[in-house]
Amino acid sequence: MSEHFDAIVVGAGPSGNAASYTMAKAGLSVLQIDRGEYPGSKNVQGAILYADALEKIIPDFRDDAPLERHVVEQRIWVLDDRAHTGSHYRSDDFNEERPNRYTILRAQFDKWFSKKVREAGALVITETTVTGLVRNEAGAVIGIQTDREGGPIFAKVVVLAEGVNGLVAQRAGLRPELKTNHVALAVKETHFLTEEKVRERFNLNGEEDGVVIEVLGSVTSGMVGTGFLYTNKESISIGVGCLVSDYAETGMAPYELLDRFKRHPSVAPLLRGSEMKEYVAHLIPEGGYNAIPKLTGDGWVIVGDAGQFVNAVHREGSNLAMTTGRMAAEAIIALRKADVPITEAALKLYRDALADSFVMKDMKKYRHLPGTLERNRDALFGAYPKALSSALQTLFRVDGVAKRDKEREMLGIVKKSRGSWWAVATDMFKLARAWR
Amino acid sequence: MTKTPDKPARMEERLYQNRYMVDEGRPHVKIHHQAEDSPQLKTLTRICPAGCYSTDENGRVQVAADGCMECGTCRIVCQATGEIEWSYPRGGYGILFKFG
Repeated sequence: MSEHFDAIVVGAGPSGNAASYTMAKAGLSVLQIDRGEYPGSKNVQGAILYADALEKIIPDFRDDAPLERHVVEQRIWVLDDRAHTGSHYRSDDFNEERPNRYTILRAQFDKWFSKKVREAGALVITETTVTGLVRNEAGAVIGIQTDREGGPIFAKVVVLAEGVNGLVAQRAGLRPELKTNHVALAVKETHFLTEEKVRERFNLNGEEDGVVIEVLGSVTSGMVGTGFLYTNKESISIGVGCLVSDYAETGMAPYELLDRFKRHPSVAPLLRGSEMKEYVAHLIPEGGYNAIPKLTGDGWVIVGDAGQFVNAVHREGSNLAMTTGRMAAEAIIALRKADVPITEAALKLYRDALADSFVMKDMKKYRHLPGTLERNRDALFGAYPKALSSALQTLFRVDGVAKRDKEREMLGIVKKSRGSWWAVATDMFKLARAWR
Repeated sequence: MTKTPDKPARMEERLYQNRYMVDEGRPHVKIHHQAEDSPQLKTLTRICPAGCYSTDENGRVQVAADGCMECGTCRIVCQATGEIEWSYPRGGYGILFKFG
C-alpha cells in the first residue's frame, strides 16, 4: 500500500469517526485504521450520546443509528452506606421529535458510525495496530507504520484519534505520559433484564424513554470519582470510576467498589434478577484544561480523548470527541482545498475553532476543579455525603423530638463533619471559586 | 472498605462474560523485575480491574494478561519504575467488546 492519502486517521471511536466522515464527505482521500476486530470492539463508554454534536455531522442519524433510550429523567444521587439522597429532573419536554440525549451501547453505535464513514468514501482498515509515525528530515509527520506487512503509509496529515491510552503520539514524543491524577479508571457491567422490567423499575412509558443516574458519595469509598447507572432498552449499564492516583494510594480493588455499589440497598432492587453479560474497564481523561497536550504540529493533529477532551463535571466526552474530530477535519479540508501544507501554523484554523466553541470554553471554565476536588477529597467525597444523609434522617424521623432541637442537631452534624463552621465555609468558597 | 471473599474465582466468572482473542505466546504486558518489586507494582495485585496481577510463591508479582481489558492503568501506575513493558496486542487480538 504505497498510496498517498490526504489524511490518515488513527482510531475509530467518536473523534476518529467524526474526522474521517467529515473529510471523506468533502471528497478527501481518507484512510482510517483501527486495531479492533471491527470498529467499536476496543471502545468503551458509559454511555450517553449527545445528539447535538452528532447532528452537526450526520443530521439524520436518528433514522438508523442504534440508539437505546432517549433521556427523559436525570437523577443525581449522593450515597452513604445505607441511604441515598436524590434529586430528579424529569420533563415531558424531553419526549420531543429530536431528543437531546440518548443512552447507547458503544460497540454497536461505533459499528454504525463506521459504516457511515465507509459510505462517505473513507477506506477503513481494522485489525491493524499503528506502531509509529514516519517523519521527514524536517521532523514533520508524513505517514505511519503499522503491524501489518507492507511498509509505511503516507498522508498529508495524521489525525491522532487514538483515545486516552493511545501510545502513538506518546511514543513519538508528541504528547506527555498520562499522570495518574489526570485519569480515572472506570469499571462497568452491562446487566440484562426484560424491556418491561427496565420500564417498570424506572417508571418509564415505553421502550424509548430512559433514566440516567449519576452517583456521588460512598460509591467511591472516599476517592475522587463518581458512579453511574444508565437505562438501555433491555439492559442497565452500571459503573464506577475513580482517579488512578487514588486507587494507587488506597489499593482498593475497582471491582469490589462496583460490587458494593451493586449491593447498595438503593441499587440492588433495580438490578435484581438481571444477567451480567459484559464487564469492562477503561480510562477516562479527567485532568481537564491543564492536562490538554499540544494539539497540533507539522503534519499531525490530536482529537478526542487523546487530547484530554472530557468535561468531567458534566460527564461529557463523546460530544467533545465528535466536535474536536469534526473541527480538525474542517480545518484540514480548508487547507487541502487551498492546497496549503498542513503545518502547525496552518492548523491554527483548528485551534481557533476550538477556542471559539463550547469545547475550550467549558474546559477552561472548570480548569481549577480537578485540583480542588483532589485537595478537598476527604471533605467532598467522604464527610459531606455522610453528614447529608445523617442530617436528613434526623429531619425525617418522627420521634417526639421538637423540630427546633432537630434543626440544632442537623446543623451540629454538618459542623461536626468538618470540625467547624469556618471549615465548612472555606470548603464552599473553594468549590464555588473552582466552579465559577 | 468491606472485605469480599475469594477474589480470583469471582473474577474468572466476571471475565468469562467477555470475548477475547488471545495471541498465544505473545503477551502484550511484561514485567521487568528489579531487585525488589516496587510498591507501585505490588499495588497492581489489588487495583488491576481484570485481576491480571498476582503474587507468586516467592512473593514476587507476576502477570497473566489473558483477561486484560487494555485499560492502561498498570502502564501509567508503573511508568516511573520501568517495571512494566506495555504494548497493544497485535491488530485483531485482545479484548473484543460486545457492548463497550
